[in-house]
Amino acid sequence: MNRYLNGCLVLLALLVAVPGLAQTRAKAQNVPEIPFESVPNFLKMPADVYLGESMGVARNSKGHIWVYHRRDDTRLFEFDENGTFVREWGQGVYGFEFAHKVRVDREDNVWVVDEGTNMLIKFNPEGRVLMVLGRRPEAVEGAVETPQGNPPPDERYLFARPTDVTWDPQGNIFVSDGYINHRVVKYDKNGRFIRKVGSNLRGPEPYQFNTPHSIAADAQGNVYVADRGNARIQVFDNNLVLRAIYDNVGNPWEVCISPGPHQYLFSSNSNPDSNPAASWEVSGEIYKMELDGRIVGKFGRAGKAVGQFQTVHGIDCRNPDELIVSEISAWRVQKIRLRQTTTTSSR
Amino acid sequence: MRRFVLTALITATLAFSGTLSAQLNIPEIPFDATAPLTLPPNLHLGEAAGVATNSKGDIFVYTRTGTPRITTAGARNVSHGGARLFQFDRTGKFVREMGQGAYGFLQAQQVRVDPQDNIWVVDQMSTQVIKFDPNGRIQMIFSRKPEAMRVPALPLAVPPDTYALVLPQPPAPAGEGRGGAPPAAAPAGGRGAAPPGSGAAGETFNRPTDVAWDSAGNIYVADGYGNSRVAKYDSNGKWIKNWGSTGTGEGQFRVVHGIQIDASNNVYVADRDNKRIQVFDTDGNFKTQYRNVGSPWAICITPGPRQFLYVSNSNPPNNLDYDGEILKMTLDGRIVGKFGRAGKLLKEFGTVNAIDCRSENELYVGELGNWRVQKVMLKPAAGTQ
Repeated sequence: MNRYLNGCLVLLALLVAVPGLAQTRAKAQNVPEIPFESVPNFLKMPADVYLGESMGVARNSKGHIWVYHRRDDTRLFEFDENGTFVREWGQGVYGFEFAHKVRVDREDNVWVVDEGTNMLIKFNPEGRVLMVLGRRPEAVEGAVETPQGNPPPDERYLFARPTDVTWDPQGNIFVSDGYINHRVVKYDKNGRFIRKVGSNLRGPEPYQFNTPHSIAADAQGNVYVADRGNARIQVFDNNLVLRAIYDNVGNPWEVCISPGPHQYLFSSNSNPDSNPAASWEVSGEIYKMELDGRIVGKFGRAGKAVGQFQTVHGIDCRNPDELIVSEISAWRVQKIRLRQTTTTSSR
Repeated sequence: MRRFVLTALITATLAFSGTLSAQLNIPEIPFDATAPLTLPPNLHLGEAAGVATNSKGDIFVYTRTGTPRITTAGARNVSHGGARLFQFDRTGKFVREMGQGAYGFLQAQQVRVDPQDNIWVVDQMSTQVIKFDPNGRIQMIFSRKPEAMRVPALPLAVPPDTYALVLPQPPAPAGEGRGGAPPAAAPAGGRGAAPPGSGAAGETFNRPTDVAWDSAGNIYVADGYGNSRVAKYDSNGKWIKNWGSTGTGEGQFRVVHGIQIDASNNVYVADRDNKRIQVFDTDGNFKTQYRNVGSPWAICITPGPRQFLYVSNSNPPNNLDYDGEILKMTLDGRIVGKFGRAGKLLKEFGTVNAIDCRSENELYVGELGNWRVQKVMLKPAAGTQ
């Protein structure tokens, strides 16, 4: 009851504080530009190895880098901290079909999210499969048609094109799911369902989602959901009670929260992958924010040159001053050094 | 009267998703489990659909892995890959792969080893049963892989009530519902309409699931998801007879998911979606049924003078919150005990699809949900037998 009241109060406060919640959202104005540079030729590929659409990128505690990408088949590559190719992971794994995200947890386990097989796969640091979530549809069912109308009801242990995964300090697992379902599911560390927010139906209201596309958790176990289609970040507490909505950073394709005593939230207003005319003028930048939603600054813009972004889809922010950024449309990964940090807020 | 009460209890329990065993105070069998299989760095298990051991203790796993694919070749949409057969030694160390690139390796369903140590795989998607000799050479093949696949084959939604893996078929002439007549089934004997699910005289399986042998070496195929029958062949692979059709009566099936034969040549058929095991003689005459087993996804009968029947009431692939235990039974249907539950940890099970019980207290369990084979060591306490 107490929690319910709290939730109502939070909601009420939000509605008062942010008029026009469900309307067209204006991006924050006069946001400071953060100077930055892209480290040239950061990833060093063997001559016969190519990256495809680089959907996810993540570092482990030693600085090694994993890229989950779409080429002829979906592949998972490991690079060392200098960007030198180390090896491929998960050749022929049953859950690799259409990459969406890779993340590394606190124990250096590597998790991939595959929207082709509707599965999450947890590898141990040596590259062996430890756990899987969701289930690949059986081959005997053959190719499936894109469903018409509303998708079937969401199921506790199945996903419908899931997008991302994160963990709270206790190891509970949060999955953003996804393109067909529009929900966030919380599991315990052993993969047992705890609760969810959202459903199979998209919606614009608080607690609803329109393509929850990325997810990150802070040190308190709060969960930040990139509600891409609704152009907002919804912030939930550990029990998936809504705490706040940040709706002035464009369409968040990717969110990342840095570790350490002072955590930052990065959010990418990526330019659409179809590169519609004029989209470069209004999207492509990445925001650096405080966890409470205040915007510290922004950097980058849409474009094909080094130092510009072509539909950012993955950010690793283990070091908040040195990001690893992966792009869909440029088939590449960039290392971005931010030249200054500032506490200026524009909100 | 007592029997009536028991029946009522069973009926009431069955209404709760077959979680019957939890409610009859069946003894828990203490056990331990490991995940003993080790593979080379670039090789991974997918769904462990089948696991079986031979007389030397070698372990065979037929797994759904890789990227099953359908190529749009123009005139024909051809299916490729998606299943592999691995051999491990008795310690779990990888030994070799068998049947690389085999034409019928599409969606692993089961592997069994016969008394002569031949390895038999059942592939649900190619509809085939393939016999390998102990050296890994192919000796015998049943049924035929469909030349072309229909694309797209299915709407995305699965039936919500049972998560039945039965293909919704195009309306059959007889007009029955889901799980009805397979499209390929020709009326047996060529005149009149055969009962739905009874299959063709001969082979032409429709998503077969399992294989077993009697003491004379006759071959019995559980067929399966698409048909609802058992097909019997002599040891040379010549068709003898079919029995069964789709339905709930004695001798009828809804998803024939497993088959085993005891030393007295009784044939035990896991009638999964009817939540029972039916027992037949080798001619297919109905003898009895055990309705107290939940949904039997996997069954195994131990060898030796005193045989036991293991039955997995597996959790469905879309849920970890109920079922998942394995029952140990006497051949007359009495439940000795149970162990395990649905989950992802060791000693938990994720949709068990196969049990090897060559050793009564040392089982190998293949899971679809956890991409894993567990070695289960039962520690039967006094009084559980």
